[in-house]
Amino acid sequence: MNITVSWLGLAVSLLLVAVAAGISWWQRLGLQRQILIAAARALAQLLLVGAALTLVISPGRSIWWSWLWVAAMVGYASVVARRRAPEVPHLLSLALASFTAAAVVTLGVLFGLHVFPLTGRTLVPIAGMMVGNSMTATVLAGRRLTDELRDKRDEVEARLALGQPSRQAATPYVRAALRAALTPQIETTKATGLVFLPGAMTGLILAGTAPLQAVLVQAVVMFLVLAATATTTVVIALGLIRRLFTHDHRLIYLPTPAGQ
Amino acid sequence: MSEPSTVALEFERVSVVRAGRRVLDQITAAIPAAGITVVTGPSGAGKTTLLRLCNRLEIPDEGIVSYRGQPLEDLDPLVLRRRVGMVFQRPTPFPGSVADNLAVAHPDATAGELSTALTRVALDPGLLGQDARTLSGGELQRMCLARTLVTSPETLLLDEPTSALDEQPKRVFEDTARGLAAQGITVVWVTHDDAQARRVATRIYHLRGGRLADAPTEEARP
Repeated sequence: MNITVSWLGLAVSLLLVAVAAGISWWQRLGLQRQILIAAARALAQLLLVGAALTLVISPGRSIWWSWLWVAAMVGYASVVARRRAPEVPHLLSLALASFTAAAVVTLGVLFGLHVFPLTGRTLVPIAGMMVGNSMTATVLAGRRLTDELRDKRDEVEARLALGQPSRQAATPYVRAALRAALTPQIETTKATGLVFLPGAMTGLILAGTAPLQAVLVQAVVMFLVLAATATTTVVIALGLIRRLFTHDHRLIYLPTPAGQ
Repeated sequence: MSEPSTVALEFERVSVVRAGRRVLDQITAAIPAAGITVVTGPSGAGKTTLLRLCNRLEIPDEGIVSYRGQPLEDLDPLVLRRRVGMVFQRPTPFPGSVADNLAVAHPDATAGELSTALTRVALDPGLLGQDARTLSGGELQRMCLARTLVTSPETLLLDEPTSALDEQPKRVFEDTARGLAAQGITVVWVTHDDAQARRVATRIYHLRGGRLADAPTEEARP
């Protein structure tokens, strides 16, 4: 059974947005305008993306259009990461490098080993999952590592003063940052299926896919996200270490962000 | 240029500029290999920056800093930092026991070597197994000194190491430093405490507004 949502159905679902806005009005949260704008914006963005995707992944279209789409996603996600954590030096170039590394690893395994066939219909959503889910971890890792090295500067310099190379002196703080960035994803992975049904699986089941097949796809997606977050965060952390220390093993000046 | 064997550290027209301010301005000075050289001066005079130049935690914008006749930029900073150890103003314990802390400086050190390091700073070797963060302020600062000594430095840089200590632990630290100087370790001690400077120094440099007073004061101390 294929389930489709009509335009009328979409319009009716806007009632749910009205519920959220109504609660805001009732409790005097002052968020009605933001809720309506967010919903309208999300809808507009999704419709635009849907239209673009229809063009990109339509049968007969060259796979290179899909790759171009993936490259654009990686570029845009890097810009967003930079905007979210402006206090992290060189985050734009590091995020670009980390998303690219994660793409090579994850897409390499999934398509290189034929878990999925390489088509626009598989490439674009899988790359989207990879980039979208690892962006938060990327920002978290970069921010945590920068904070650690700035706040524990005395401790880091004490290690350097004992003759440790910068990479070694930074190791405890890199580990702390990687743990902080990866733990939420590990917790989410553990809770999957018991506490909540993840988006990809829900979407597939709603679209009429057999539950077992939906579960298999979802499991692959979860593993993809795990590998992607681990890859992006480690690339960000190790790359950041190279930028935050000079070649002669000095920690550069890290200003305290405004508002702290 | 002074004779390298008698001079540990030498500054030649050294300036450091930070955020448009000349933190150190055309410093020329020689720190002898023997004894305790104290650098005094008010807060913000550039004392800590001067010290941090000695192990290349900072580099000068102008001029040359030399160690035993060799410009620091010609030396491997990792090797230099094991020859020129540093104790910071605030104790910097790492997570773990006292032994774990000392092992950061020398992972292959034997238990005997770690005990000796503690004895040299008048700490009981029985503290080796204790969590470093449970030590008192004075003990903690001496543990940091012991940690630095584990690298067998020829020179010790002390950046106001007793500023947070009470009188009694302060005197113990001073005695420890005097003992190390007597064993042939070059000590460069930064402090804003004039009385302490007179107690421990064999030579005193006065730093004010990033500039040195004309000549160091030689103290009549063996």
